[in-house]
Amino acid sequence: MKCEHCGDREAVIHLTQVVEGEARTVGLCEECAAEKGIQTPSAVAESPLGGFLAALWKGAEPAVEGLVTTGRCPGCGATFADFRETGRLGCAECWLTFEAPLRVLLRRYHGSTSHLGRRETGAGTVPDRPAEELARELREQLRLAVESENFELAAELRDRLKELA
Amino acid sequence: MIDLSLVSDGGIGWLDASGPESHLVLSTRVRLARNLTGRPFPVRSVEPDREQVLGAIRSAASEIPSMAHAHCIRLHELPRLDRQLLHERHLVSKELAAPESDVPPRSGTAVLLQDGLGLMVNEEDHLRLQALTSGLSLESAWGLVGKLDSELGQRLAFAFHAEFGYLTSCPTNVGTGLRASILIHLPGLVLTKEINKVLQSLVQVGLTFRGLYGEGSEVVGNFFQLSNQTTLGKSEVELLDHLAKIVRQVVGYEERAREVLLRDAPGVIEDKVWRAYGLLRYARTLSFEEAMNLLSGIRLGVGLGLIPEVGMYTLNKLLIFTQPAHLSATAGDEVAEEDLPVHRADYVRAVLEEEAGRSSRET
Repeated sequence: MKCEHCGDREAVIHLTQVVEGEARTVGLCEECAAEKGIQTPSAVAESPLGGFLAALWKGAEPAVEGLVTTGRCPGCGATFADFRETGRLGCAECWLTFEAPLRVLLRRYHGSTSHLGRRETGAGTVPDRPAEELARELREQLRLAVESENFELAAELRDRLKELA
Repeated sequence: MIDLSLVSDGGIGWLDASGPESHLVLSTRVRLARNLTGRPFPVRSVEPDREQVLGAIRSAASEIPSMAHAHCIRLHELPRLDRQLLHERHLVSKELAAPESDVPPRSGTAVLLQDGLGLMVNEEDHLRLQALTSGLSLESAWGLVGKLDSELGQRLAFAFHAEFGYLTSCPTNVGTGLRASILIHLPGLVLTKEINKVLQSLVQVGLTFRGLYGEGSEVVGNFFQLSNQTTLGKSEVELLDHLAKIVRQVVGYEERAREVLLRDAPGVIEDKVWRAYGLLRYARTLSFEEAMNLLSGIRLGVGLGLIPEVGMYTLNKLLIFTQPAHLSATAGDEVAEEDLPVHRADYVRAVLEEEAGRSSRET
């Protein structure tokens, strides 16, 4: 079997992807797999998680594109582009600033957005932004999610808004 | 060079092979990622931020019995070789130690070490709490690191979000912040060519595998690190139980593969492990990779009861002490790269000769 990407080299990585609910197997050669940021057993890429994130973003882009704010995190001044470049958030407040696209990412990577386990009860809990401000932004993100037909996220954002109300 | 004798047990107590399943599982590591509130994460921090974070962590650690006598090593003050030594000992991550770079890590980066526990400061997150124990010992490693987390949490405000959990710089660590890794030796599965099947099925059940040195490292000497891939949506105990369950299955597969090898090709296996022993015992030069592969052969021979005179502790020790910075430390000065294979072979010969002498005196 030849690689489906370059059509030249032999496919050695067989990747099962779920696209719109349908499972499909893609055969790739090692070079093309590496280019796509897919971790290969023999290569174990330079930074597997970085590679994984990059691959994740590639797939997630249509779902995330409409949600990405051009703003800066009030906590550290980071933009979402900074996060894309480094794969690292700049401070705890980034999690609130870029909440909607991060939700998409968390669901893809962890299969969940809700923490279970140990909890911080004391001073560490990061306060949500003022409810009104947060609700305004969530409504805007909800509009964008519906526009980009990202209904799963839209439902989640709707639930979040209900919680706030 | 850095004097690691200041650190209790040199930070390598786990080498003693005292833990469960230590014929196959070398070590268990459990780490938690934590950040302090109100300070940018290390990626966007400047020197004063990092120094304040380090100061707050040192002060909190000094009040906790399990960390009160910790040896604090500031990494930006260390020459390259010392940083490499810490990395080779699995005490500091590659990211923080920058073992190949002459440019020192940023100021404010540090590691605090005491009794198998470590705190890495200003790595990707403000704080990485880690416990390293011998054999398959997730419960005891989690017990140690969990207690340390509670004690530090009473003194430091960790960034936490009601829904997302402990906030980390990389979204792949958020939630519990927990990564548990098992370092396991799987030559039977490699020789019977079952390994890819096993590794693929690991990925399907939410685990990931890496080489000896974690992220980005290659698989050498049939050593694999198995760890949980996700950190959010399952509690710490669920994550650990799942990993333990799967690792026990992998141990079972490996044992079965070894039985098959002994049953179907006893002569081939016996020859292979004794050749590995012979080469290590008498070779005059050894590359790192060759040494790792031959040590894997001896380890298999010892595990199968074919080579009686070498102990697991000695084999564990050889894995660590045949690495470049350790060979330099033994020599007392930096060994040039082209001379390393000779130093390595000398070291291995001396250790195995002593071990053989000891075992013949005992018998």
